[in-house]
Amino acid sequence: MLKSLATAMVWVHDQDEALAYYTDKVGLEVREDVTVPEMGNFRWLTVGVPGQDDVAIVLMAIPGPPVFDEQTRAQIQELMAKGASGGLFFTTDDCRGTYEELKGRGVEFQGEPTEQPYGIDVGFRDPSGNQARVVQRT
Amino acid sequence: MDARYREPLDVRTLARAAHLSPAHFSREFRRAFGEPPHKYLLTRRLERAAALLRNTDRNVADICLTVGLRSVGSFTTAFGRAFGLTPTAYRAAHPPASTRVWIPTCKVLAHARPSSTFGEDTA
Repeated sequence: MLKSLATAMVWVHDQDEALAYYTDKVGLEVREDVTVPEMGNFRWLTVGVPGQDDVAIVLMAIPGPPVFDEQTRAQIQELMAKGASGGLFFTTDDCRGTYEELKGRGVEFQGEPTEQPYGIDVGFRDPSGNQARVVQRT
Repeated sequence: MDARYREPLDVRTLARAAHLSPAHFSREFRRAFGEPPHKYLLTRRLERAAALLRNTDRNVADICLTVGLRSVGSFTTAFGRAFGLTPTAYRAAHPPASTRVWIPTCKVLAHARPSSTFGEDTA
């Protein structure tokens, strides 16, 4: 039997850029940041929502050879730029307030908070093209 | 404060958020949480710093700034008071951060392979 979901992964074009974006603009905190020289400087980088300690998001660099060939990596980047990536769904107690707060820190939203059957929500895309939504559930 | 420990929070800012005067806020905070707001905030920052010492390979100065503290000297002193060890000794007393890394199996296999190819050789 599984116990919990610990981390979920999103591809990012540039880990430093993604880290700055998710911590300085979105307001997440860095959780783990370790580089392994003997694994080709593989960098394990995770962030999470402050206060929710048991779930983290892995900001994973799209690997090149030998994991993916250059063409595959370029295809992944291209598809992400078109918006064909996975996504992150965050919750908030105050969607409009969070929208203003994040917007004030430079997050570019796609539209404004909108009433939906499940609550009020608004979306943004990170610099790598990942979709994120901020939902205030009713 | 638990979520915004990285920001330069002071009592005046916190009191404004609570719509109270700074003095009243400090008093009420202390009554509710058992310690003054600045001490509570410092504790939260030190806890996060301890987590970053265990879970990252970042240097002490960087961790100090990441949790919202400005002076490495006073960070080291406060950390020592809270944990009984310097930040560097605290890190050394725990398993290295590299044990936190979940390296994907494909990556391990790829690096263990004598000739690093994935699929067809281009040569």
